[in-house]
Amino acid sequence: MELDPLLLSRIQFAFVVSFHAIFPVFTIGLASYIALLHALFYKTGNQAWERLAIFWTKGFAVVFGMGVVSGIVMSFQFGTNWSNFSQSAANFIGPMLSYEVITAFFLEAAFLGVLLFGRGRVPQGVHLFAACMVALGTFISTFWILSANSWLHTPAGVELVDGTFHVTSWREAIFNPSFPFRLGHMALASFITGGFVVAGVSAWYLLRGRDVEANKKALSMCLWLLLVLTPSQALMGDFHGLNTLEYQPTKLAAMEGNWETLEGAPFLLFAWPDQQRQENRFEIAIPYLASLILTHELYGEVPGILEAPPEEQPPVWLVFWSFRLMVGLGLLMIAVSLAGLWLRRGGKLYESRPYLQLLRLMSVAPFIAVLAGWVTTESGRAPWLVYGMVTHAEGLTPSLTGGMALFTLIGYMSVYGVIFYAGTYYLTRVIRYGMKDKDEEALVDDFESPKRPWSATDIPFDENPTKGEG
Amino acid sequence: METFDLSVIWALIIGFGIMMYVLMDGFDLGLGILFPFAPDEDARDVMMNTVAPVWDGNETWLVLGGAGLLGAFPLVYSVFLPALYIGVFLMLAGLVFRGVAFELRFKSRRDQRNRRWWNRAFSWGSAIAAFAQGAVVGTYIQGFNTENGVFVGGPFEWLTPFTILTGIGIMIGYALLGTTWLILKSEGYIQAWAYKLTLPLLLAVLVIFVIISFWTPFVNPVVWERWFGHIRLIWVLPALALLCMFSVFWAVRQRRELIPFLGTLGMFLFTYLGLVVSKWPMIVPPDYTIWDAASAPGSQLFLLIGVLFVLPFVLGYTFWSYWVFRGKVRVGEGYH
Repeated sequence: MELDPLLLSRIQFAFVVSFHAIFPVFTIGLASYIALLHALFYKTGNQAWERLAIFWTKGFAVVFGMGVVSGIVMSFQFGTNWSNFSQSAANFIGPMLSYEVITAFFLEAAFLGVLLFGRGRVPQGVHLFAACMVALGTFISTFWILSANSWLHTPAGVELVDGTFHVTSWREAIFNPSFPFRLGHMALASFITGGFVVAGVSAWYLLRGRDVEANKKALSMCLWLLLVLTPSQALMGDFHGLNTLEYQPTKLAAMEGNWETLEGAPFLLFAWPDQQRQENRFEIAIPYLASLILTHELYGEVPGILEAPPEEQPPVWLVFWSFRLMVGLGLLMIAVSLAGLWLRRGGKLYESRPYLQLLRLMSVAPFIAVLAGWVTTESGRAPWLVYGMVTHAEGLTPSLTGGMALFTLIGYMSVYGVIFYAGTYYLTRVIRYGMKDKDEEALVDDFESPKRPWSATDIPFDENPTKGEG
Repeated sequence: METFDLSVIWALIIGFGIMMYVLMDGFDLGLGILFPFAPDEDARDVMMNTVAPVWDGNETWLVLGGAGLLGAFPLVYSVFLPALYIGVFLMLAGLVFRGVAFELRFKSRRDQRNRRWWNRAFSWGSAIAAFAQGAVVGTYIQGFNTENGVFVGGPFEWLTPFTILTGIGIMIGYALLGTTWLILKSEGYIQAWAYKLTLPLLLAVLVIFVIISFWTPFVNPVVWERWFGHIRLIWVLPALALLCMFSVFWAVRQRRELIPFLGTLGMFLFTYLGLVVSKWPMIVPPDYTIWDAASAPGSQLFLLIGVLFVLPFVLGYTFWSYWVFRGKVRVGEGYH
């Protein structure tokens, strides 16, 4: 069997990006949460807020450290596997990635150390300011990366001359048509991820009766937040969908599993898209619903996949099912948030063990939803790398062989496998260790300690954290 | 754009960034290479503690250099990385492993077996990353097989006896940076061990330096022309590099603490400058100059504004963190 460097490179890029994306999607939300906790403590002086802030800063440090390490690999992927694309899009993509490095790094370098080690050493207001700046830094990162990514979907502000993109308007290129929706969708997703993780961990503590006062506060806060954010995300997703309908109709058609352009298109609950036969094998559908959602009219026109020739169609089943996975999890998250509101009446929120168990399980849901969403949007762009202008095949490194691509794919998978295992194992240690007074002392030990992220935790990797507990 | 040449400015910025990276990550990679030979576990603790506060910042220069190259000289990016595909992967895997090992070694207190694995990850990761970086230098001297700005060679074209030699050369050079750094930052039996290693390493570096110096003009006729043609002033660079090596030799005999490290830094600096003048203005040898490889002037300018604003802060922060952690590191008292 001939190894296909194109397919292997796509799998490799998807793998490396997804693996990396897990970390920022968590730290972006968490950074803001930590800043909020510091602000609450600053305002009320309630120790519970401070304990929570210290604890979550440790978790932040571990995940942030893993994000940094996996991010180094990312910036080289464009060159190794997609050198033609790097060459052709460098005039725009290069400055975007560089600006991400220099603006985000500038804030992190200056303020991460103060956030992690400055408590008790700098005035409380300065510490709060540092927490806000770190949160701001994560947003600046998101801004540049999503601008670059959105541009691949809806290129603007450029002209293609002899195979090279030249920027004609930085404003139009950076604020390209799909950018606001992607940024909003991603920012909300990050907050929701942070919210469900904090809620899940707090629920776990409450089930074990540890640090009840602080964790009740954390849980209650997260559920109010999620109650607002999860429906907002559905709304934002709807806006994003309308934008996709306008600029990437074929992708939208694949998301809907709609082959023929139809007026009054049904919404497919279940279907088995068959790319070879260019139709669906089975369908369970709700009549008119797709038209109603997308055009807000019963007989509105919904584009079909067949508008594009077969060689310009994305892998329909992948787009169709990853989209349903994302939406399904989104609806589940809304339901769980609403259930929280319902349980609040009569104060059953902290007592309902099944609900707390459910929250524990739900902490992985946003990660899966985010990854599914990325699969939808990225594979929906196929075969275009820059939509309508450059295909994946054209962007591939010409000298790349299938064997080389396979070698590095397996290589990155093994490296990341080891790292991810060690990191997750350590993170669970940190969580199981909990909010103990012992390491609060260690934390303020020495302001002149290393400014590496993981130095913020003083929890051993290989000691039993629950030993000696009652 | 007529009054100043953006491509030259960018070549200087990138050149400076690479130099900063080599000098700063060089000594902590060197410590990783020396790690298995350290006298005992306490010495390893000290070695790691001397670089723990600063290595993270050192690697920022690598990321900055990578992103800056894509923005300013995309041709370098799109030829070097495919040509060095396997080598780049090995370097990244090495850096990832040692980055995590750094963190987790400190957290593994009880279980010696656990700790030994993180030790290995640290030393192998460092050694492989250093070798890969040396091979990049060798490949740069060798030149690339391109057609119309696209690399057309095979996956192992970079791997030649010459690049293996430059790879080993950088490993030994980094190890020398490591021992001289350790002389500066440690005391007692650890410092004595570092002193003992420095001179053999220095000799090895000298031998490889001489071999590479004579070999390079044969690998590359343009370099031959430059060194043995009309311009004679450039001979001052290898002379200064040799002078720096001699100063290391002298300072080790005198048991000086700061000069060996500074001398080694100087040796790297002048060798690097020698390499740069051999090739200038070729950035993707043998066919492309910095002007051929440049991105659009508008993109170079757009990025330059940001970099000029941020670079002083990065430098300031770097200087500050080295200042905070000045002085000796003693057994058992590190930064943890």
